[in-house]
Amino acid sequence: MTPAPDLTISGSASIAGVPLFAPLTLSLAAGQWTCLLGGSGVGKTTVLRLIAGLETGADFIGSITANDAQPVADRVAYMAQDDLLLPWATVAQNVSLGARLRGETVNQDRRERLIRRMRLQDHMSRKPSELSGGQRQRVALARTLMEDRPIVLLDEPFSALDARTRADMQDLAAEALQGRTVLLVTHDPAEAARLGQSIVVMTQAGLTSCQPPHAPAPRKVDDLETLETQGELLRMLREDAA
Amino acid sequence: MKYLSALAATLFALAIWQGIVTVTGLPKFILPGPALVAETWWQNRWLIAEHTRITAIEVVIGLFCGTVLGVVTALQLASSRAARVLVQPMLVFTQALPVFALAPLLTLWLGYGLWSKVAMAVLIIYFPITSSFFDGLMRTPAGYLDLARTMQASKRSVLWHIRIPAALPSLASGMRLAAVYAPIGAVIGEWVGSSQGLGYLMLLANGRAKTDLMFAAMLTLGVFSILLHLIVRRATARMAGEVR
Ligand SMILES: Nc1ncnc2c1ncn2[C@@H]1O[C@H](COP(=O)(O)OP(=O)(O)O)[C@@H](O)[C@H]1O
Ligand SMILES: [Mg+2]
Repeated sequence: MTPAPDLTISGSASIAGVPLFAPLTLSLAAGQWTCLLGGSGVGKTTVLRLIAGLETGADFIGSITANDAQPVADRVAYMAQDDLLLPWATVAQNVSLGARLRGETVNQDRRERLIRRMRLQDHMSRKPSELSGGQRQRVALARTLMEDRPIVLLDEPFSALDARTRADMQDLAAEALQGRTVLLVTHDPAEAARLGQSIVVMTQAGLTSCQPPHAPAPRKVDDLETLETQGELLRMLREDAA
Repeated sequence: MKYLSALAATLFALAIWQGIVTVTGLPKFILPGPALVAETWWQNRWLIAEHTRITAIEVVIGLFCGTVLGVVTALQLASSRAARVLVQPMLVFTQALPVFALAPLLTLWLGYGLWSKVAMAVLIIYFPITSSFFDGLMRTPAGYLDLARTMQASKRSVLWHIRIPAALPSLASGMRLAAVYAPIGAVIGEWVGSSQGLGYLMLLANGRAKTDLMFAAMLTLGVFSILLHLIVRRATARMAGEVR
């Protein structure tokens, strides 16, 4: 992996002439997890997709830059709420999708190591339909890691999972993606409080930074300061709605 | 259970058929009963088998050629905007033409033999194959395309690794439809001009008031079509994602 850069997205967006978000600046610190928390429809996915260089349906005026002045969009790995596993391909084939799409030879050792790390070694030649939701998201995480990109964009990847599986996945992802510049978009204050090394709340009014808990992420689910932060974040979200 | 209900339905239909014949007392050259048709079928089994063989060859070649043509067209349409703009309206227009009206022309151009029937079958199945596969190719889930984009995939490899496999179930349903249409095409071709095949036999028997033979040939065609549909269904099960 090339070194993880600082990222800054700065600008405003509108959809068919209607402003989606006013001029804002979001900075992602190199090698850190930034959690972008907000209610649905506020424009979180749009921000993430702009960074990834994907279609958004919004007109964006502004800039997306890395501090090393290299292009951003071709250094990202992307993971969404939908695991996007190809139903006709096996677990192993899904994990190495990127290499196959680029016509590169698959690094078999690396793939096997990642599959083992995600505790999927017994499912290598299964199809996604034979896996549970949590297992499928672990395949998606292995696929993301296989890409070995310095910037990782996560769009609510755990929100469809049950509470216990979600907490497991959060631990696994936090550990596996260490050292990369990560943007996690979420509507869940608990998730932001557990994982954010920097936490930004997005509302109609704009972005507000929030002091993350002191404990290193991923924080314990019953860590007191984490729970306090969670409450604080929820309060900020509700104030916006009022 | 499935076979049992098919058997029950067949017996039921036969009973109604026999009932109508008995009650109305229609002469056998208007409506022969099932027993007579069965007897005629058995007496003419070699004749019917030979004509079935001819029709089957036409249908199978037609199915193969029509599928290849349809798949190639759909791929062209899906990968080139220019092709879509130029060819798509033409495809729709050809669908508005009654394909049956072309049968005499095909006989004129391709003669009385095999190829005018093959062409007829191809014409009839070309559109369902093309349009079902093309629709499938254009309806790739957007998330897959996003993912491929972040992986710097080329258009070509997205088509090959994602869009085509995602469209195979649609192609399978097009092929299943084609299996039902292709025999109709071949038989229409035979009606317009031929000296062989089940369509020819039906016409011949009809002209000589051998209505029982006409029924025997028609039912054979029906059974052949159902078998073909089942075979194609089985053959495309993997494509349709019904088996692993
Ligand atoms: N492709 C699009 N075309 C038009 N409107 C869109 C499109 N994508 C999103 N929107 C609208 O933009 C707003 C923000 O969407 P999104 O960024 O997905 O929000 P979030 O991820 O915070 O829920 C929503 O009101 C949504 O309806
Ligand atoms: Mg969203």
